[in-house]
Amino acid sequence: MTLFPATPAEIARTTPQELVVSGTWTAYGIGQIEAQLKALSAPSGSTLVIDASRIEAFDSVGAWIMEKLRRRLGEESVGIEIQQLRPEFAKLLAVVGQEFILQADTARPDPSWRDNVGRGTVAAFEQGMALLGFIGECTLAFGKCLADPKSFRWRTVLYNIRIAGFDAMPIVGLLSFLLGIVVAYQGADQLRQYGANIFVADLVGLSMLREFAPLITAIIVAGRSGSAYAAQIGTMAVTEEIDAMRTIGIAPLELLVLPKIIAMLIALPLLTVFADVLGVFGGMLMARAQLAVSYVEFLDRFVKTVSVTAYLIGLGKAPVFAAIIVTVGCFQGFRTHGGPDSVGRQTTRSVVQSIFLVIVADALFSVAFSALDL
Amino acid sequence: MASPASPDNSVIEIRQLTTRFGEHVVHAGLDLVVRRAEILALVGGSGSGKSTLLREIILLQQPESGSIKVLGVDLENISDAAALALRQRWGVMFQSGGLFGSLTIKENIGLPLREHTGLSNALIDEISDWKLAMTGLEPQVGAQYPAELSGGMMKRASLARALALDPELLFLDEPTAGLDPESADEIDQLISKLRALFNLSIVIITHDLDLLWQVSDRVAVLADGKVQGLGSMAELARIDLPAVRKFFDGPRGRAAQPQMADQAHQQTGMT
Repeated sequence: MTLFPATPAEIARTTPQELVVSGTWTAYGIGQIEAQLKALSAPSGSTLVIDASRIEAFDSVGAWIMEKLRRRLGEESVGIEIQQLRPEFAKLLAVVGQEFILQADTARPDPSWRDNVGRGTVAAFEQGMALLGFIGECTLAFGKCLADPKSFRWRTVLYNIRIAGFDAMPIVGLLSFLLGIVVAYQGADQLRQYGANIFVADLVGLSMLREFAPLITAIIVAGRSGSAYAAQIGTMAVTEEIDAMRTIGIAPLELLVLPKIIAMLIALPLLTVFADVLGVFGGMLMARAQLAVSYVEFLDRFVKTVSVTAYLIGLGKAPVFAAIIVTVGCFQGFRTHGGPDSVGRQTTRSVVQSIFLVIVADALFSVAFSALDL
Repeated sequence: MASPASPDNSVIEIRQLTTRFGEHVVHAGLDLVVRRAEILALVGGSGSGKSTLLREIILLQQPESGSIKVLGVDLENISDAAALALRQRWGVMFQSGGLFGSLTIKENIGLPLREHTGLSNALIDEISDWKLAMTGLEPQVGAQYPAELSGGMMKRASLARALALDPELLFLDEPTAGLDPESADEIDQLISKLRALFNLSIVIITHDLDLLWQVSDRVAVLADGKVQGLGSMAELARIDLPAVRKFFDGPRGRAAQPQMADQAHQQTGMT
């Protein structure tokens, strides 16, 4: 049972007025003669006799091609007479003859680059407005829950703290530990040249506490929890669970978004502190191995130079990052509509956008802090 | 239609089929023969193993024991090449369409042709348009994506894709489930028309009593892992088995029966 038949379709022009067709006129066998048929012509006013007695198989593709040939030559006023086509094949050909229509090209034309830029801008603007709207709705819901804290779902908050915070500790700890090692290792060479080995404590302490720990934590959590929020809410939107929730009289924002925001506002700063500790610990290990700075010396110097301000600045960014991650993740989840494949698309979007916004926010913080001389 | 089931004119032969999910026995020595050019309907309650049977016939699942022969090919230990060749000889319309969300409807329909034949893109587009029109969809639907279609349109588009390679055998999983009566009627007519046109053998899984009365030649009632009753609806209506009676004696069964039974008798009288 081969895919391509032993006898592919063939045509032979025995005399100018006669065409002998043979072989397998099916989707598999007819590919080779498609071009040949297109080039076929006859003087107008004549009649072309097609001897079809040797056609072995005939499917709708074969019938379509035959009918197309007949129509094309008919337009050039060439008569076609198909002879000795088997009756079951002739029946198929007759049906094709009735239903034959060449559709005008219904494909949407490829848009020009101007179109794309325009549409992209409108979409971005529309999304920005929708995000603002979403933030507004969340704020309203938050206000409502402040007015009536008893009705708030604290259990869900605890559950979310566990999922987004506690369960993320191993990966956050490991990565910030490695980051501490990398920072100390990269700095070690330069510091040794100046004999300024002890400054490794300044380097690791300030960079981890102010920048790296909050940022790496936020990025990991955006990839880990932000995507999960988008996927969870997106799936619920596709399966009409969100609509069901509204119908039953549960506000989706109160159940799905607020607990996540509050949980993340608590969990992300705690994770950042954890990352601070492990990052500095990594740097400390490296300082001893590469620069012969003992733990005691390192910590002594660390306490002297790294101010509480540096620690608080780093920690202060965490709630902002938390708000960004949850808002973007949930927002993209709620924007899911259509089929299941849009869940994947929205999830990707949520991760890209939340990481982007986290880094933008971090840059803005840097500018603001330097303006404030902090 | 009343010819005996000899091996020559059967398209599917199932012998002593057994399927088990853990402790749960789905099929216990099931036998079934589908004849060439007939429309066979598989019916049975939820969990009676209809869908599992279909999945085993179309090579998506392996039975525990027993033999299945489709179009003369034994599915046990089938080689990859033979499986590929066999898969091109049948078309399957899945319950929820199974259309690829990232392709337009026209691309979905043309996909089997593009994948397996050497036809030019222009020709594939023409054929896809025709198959789309054949299933009663408007031409502009071709440029849309599956997510933009209603349930009935999805089913039609899925049917158009199943027909792309002119299959000898067509499997329809719940072709009318979730459709409004008018769309369901149109699907009924479409199935009859396709059978007449391509000499198709069709296996339908359905609960739709109207479809059973109007379209099917024979109906196989599945229960307790076996085929409990097999015959035309008119014949089954006279069988006195509990699994079969359930279908006819419920309020829906009675509602569909009286006016349809007359038509069915007339049709059998004519053939």
